[in-house]
Amino acid sequence: MRRNISFTLNGKPVQLVDDDERMLLWVLRYDLGLTGTKFGCGAALCGSCTVILDRDAVRSCITPLKDVEGRHVLTIEGLSSQERLHPIQQAFVNHHAFQCGYCTPGMILNAYALLLKGSHPTREEIIRHMDDNLCRCGSHTRIVDAVLEAAAATTGGN
Amino acid sequence: MRCHDWNEMTEAIKERGIGRRAFLQLSGAGLFIFFAPDLLPAFQEASSQPGFATDFNAYLRIGEDGRVACFAGKTELGQGATTTLAQLVSDELDVSFDAVDVVLGDTEICPWDEGTFGSLTVREFAPVLRGVAAEARAVLLQMAAEYLHLPSPDDLRVKDGVITSSKDAHKNVSYAQLVQGKRIERHLGKVPLKPISDLRVIGTSPRRKDALDKVTGKGRYAADILLPGMLHARVLRPPAHGATLNSADTSAAEKIPGIQVIRDKDMIALLHERRDVAEQALGLVQAKFDLPHSGPDDATIFDHLIKAAPPFELVSEKGRLADGEQLATHVVEETYLNSYVAHAPMETHSAVAKIDGTKLTVWASTQTPFSLRHEVAEAMGFAPENVRVITPYVGGGFGGKTENSSHQAQEAARLTKLTGRPIQVVFNRTEEFFYDTFRPAAVVKIRSGTDKSGKLVLWEYRAYGGGGDEASPFYDIPHQRTQSAGGWSNNPAGLHPLAVGPWRAPAASTNTFARESHIDEIASRLGRDPLEFRLIHLSDPRMHRVLQTATEKFAWKPAPAPSGRGFGLACATYADSYVATVAEVVVDKKTGNVDVKRVLSAQDQGFTVNPEGSRQQIEGSITMGMGYALAEEVRFKNGAVLDRNFDTYQIPRFSWLPKIETVLIDNPSTPSSGCGEPPIVTIGAALANAVFDATGRRPLQLPMTAARLKAALQQV
Repeated sequence: MRRNISFTLNGKPVQLVDDDERMLLWVLRYDLGLTGTKFGCGAALCGSCTVILDRDAVRSCITPLKDVEGRHVLTIEGLSSQERLHPIQQAFVNHHAFQCGYCTPGMILNAYALLLKGSHPTREEIIRHMDDNLCRCGSHTRIVDAVLEAAAATTGGN
Repeated sequence: MRCHDWNEMTEAIKERGIGRRAFLQLSGAGLFIFFAPDLLPAFQEASSQPGFATDFNAYLRIGEDGRVACFAGKTELGQGATTTLAQLVSDELDVSFDAVDVVLGDTEICPWDEGTFGSLTVREFAPVLRGVAAEARAVLLQMAAEYLHLPSPDDLRVKDGVITSSKDAHKNVSYAQLVQGKRIERHLGKVPLKPISDLRVIGTSPRRKDALDKVTGKGRYAADILLPGMLHARVLRPPAHGATLNSADTSAAEKIPGIQVIRDKDMIALLHERRDVAEQALGLVQAKFDLPHSGPDDATIFDHLIKAAPPFELVSEKGRLADGEQLATHVVEETYLNSYVAHAPMETHSAVAKIDGTKLTVWASTQTPFSLRHEVAEAMGFAPENVRVITPYVGGGFGGKTENSSHQAQEAARLTKLTGRPIQVVFNRTEEFFYDTFRPAAVVKIRSGTDKSGKLVLWEYRAYGGGGDEASPFYDIPHQRTQSAGGWSNNPAGLHPLAVGPWRAPAASTNTFARESHIDEIASRLGRDPLEFRLIHLSDPRMHRVLQTATEKFAWKPAPAPSGRGFGLACATYADSYVATVAEVVVDKKTGNVDVKRVLSAQDQGFTVNPEGSRQQIEGSITMGMGYALAEEVRFKNGAVLDRNFDTYQIPRFSWLPKIETVLIDNPSTPSSGCGEPPIVTIGAALANAVFDATGRRPLQLPMTAARLKAALQQV
């Protein structure tokens, strides 16, 4: 249904008049130009399009606009403030925890959701939480190490 | 793919000339170094390597701002080319790593390059680029001597782009000052490279050049190129290879506001400013296809490959098989099977095309921008110089974005020409699987024999469908013959029912699985430890060293397999590197599930330019390779690819991960060899041998799915 939809995106208000069944991924990437959120599978199977909705990691490829009405959306573009990297981003840099980088925004945001829940996850908890985010280059062990380091550097995600 | 015939060569040289002119128009003042291939000793050495593109060159520009730009036709797939190339330049030129910018994959401003595959970037590009940088340094020192009124540059030293007289620190000048307002072009001369002891940046692991772009989401991939007026295209696809379109009713789709339907020859495309609306319109097209009802499927493919195989080509031969048969007291014959696997990069094939007058610009996810330019130009009837290909970051390639995989770019180019609007074509995951050029399925038959002393005397190796790369045994076997029929390229029609192509270390993962499984089987039947049996048949000290290093670090204790421990070993050469991989698994005998506990790879890749980058490649190869070893196989029937997304096609994920250890053999006096692929060839065999060691059942087919292993374990 076409209607007014408002939500908060990376801390700023957004107002759209649009079909509320449209998936957030396409709106972010192509209407709002936030291309850090990636398309990988279109069916919530890979995690490349992961964003934060309030305090949870969601797959923007299957999240219709009506589900974000009145809520807070955080994308990779909103994670670092000014030119300062978030501790998770810094840990990914430190550990070379990426290769092609295509899955990286989704990985970082999924890890962010985990750190929001509990400040010091174990290696096993990180693996369980990250399991549905796919990486083809094989950066997995480095990503786990990076999340562990970020968890040690931060409490509660921020 | 790496061989260049005369026509290709001529065209490449022509392209290089055009590129150079365009480059000079674009780039203003500064010092430019051009590379002529016959001048650099390091190049001559590299050029004797098989497959070296003989018209390879590189550009370097030192700008008035002191920044150094390195232009190369390689692409950044994630393997770290931007970082390692910057290291090479920084060290030879004596400028800081941060002052070097690397520009890759733009056919207009980068020199021609064959493409980014085959673990070639450091192996073949490193000596060339170092030579270019060394030449630039020599030129600048000469200029500095003149500027500082010194008789010769002999007493000059350079640090961070500032040249200083070692006798008088007040006499100094920066590279930036020297090139100010000048336009200097030099061709590369014979300048020696720095000795290893003088290197400061090469051999270290600086922060990756692409790090900030990738952790902040600012890095652009082809699908992130958004142009004013751009339309997204979704194209009607057949449900199966070999299907023909009978009729298509687009009337319902046309009712969607803003939809443009393009019918052009065999293509029906739905265009809209919004991708999701174009997708929705595509879903409303009522299409009828005539479907093929024959051909092999994933169960019958192996029989088909043997029947349909072209005549064998000889890969290598020593001695006489008949003599080997005479000497053999113990003969082992076995057949090994391997499946089609997908590249499945996280970024699907993507392209944006726009046309301005006669000039076509294409942004594409590709490993081979110059091949893609050629393919697009040919399809469009354009002269190559009127097509510019720009390669942003590529979200993984693994061989799947090389030659003959420019489908999406050609469609974007056609549609931009037809509509006059910029067009984006981004495959969805189903299209990515459907149009992938898979690693070929293969059958390998080996007949081997040992004599009374337990030494190999006979080896007859026949590969069907997979290719002959790395099929020759490196073991000492007096009577041997290796043959191959069909492979990942140049096949007769009908051999492979699906498109095939290079997949990370083409053919070598299949051949290593077969060879290393078979060696393991012979050792087991003779009651010999798999390591010891290998070592007595190896005379190459580098192979001895990787095997001994890997097994020592793993704490391998000699025991014949099956020992019940679940330890497996495999070794190989690839891209001139040596690799040995040891694995430990636990097999659930009820379910057939394989839990990989630990994998250790030792690799001798000669001189290491970037240790962390190398470890990333090794870890990536191990992880990715666990997929083809344990789970990945493309299922297909009647031309339809049945795997369409990551629900049925399972790739390695966090919960699969073993403890991964990497050992880089210190071997700085040997030139750098390839690093992007080698361990991926050994992981299949290492895991298969570990499963055998755990269960006493020899896996003869990859992937070793739980269902397959469960069935094997239940056989009496």
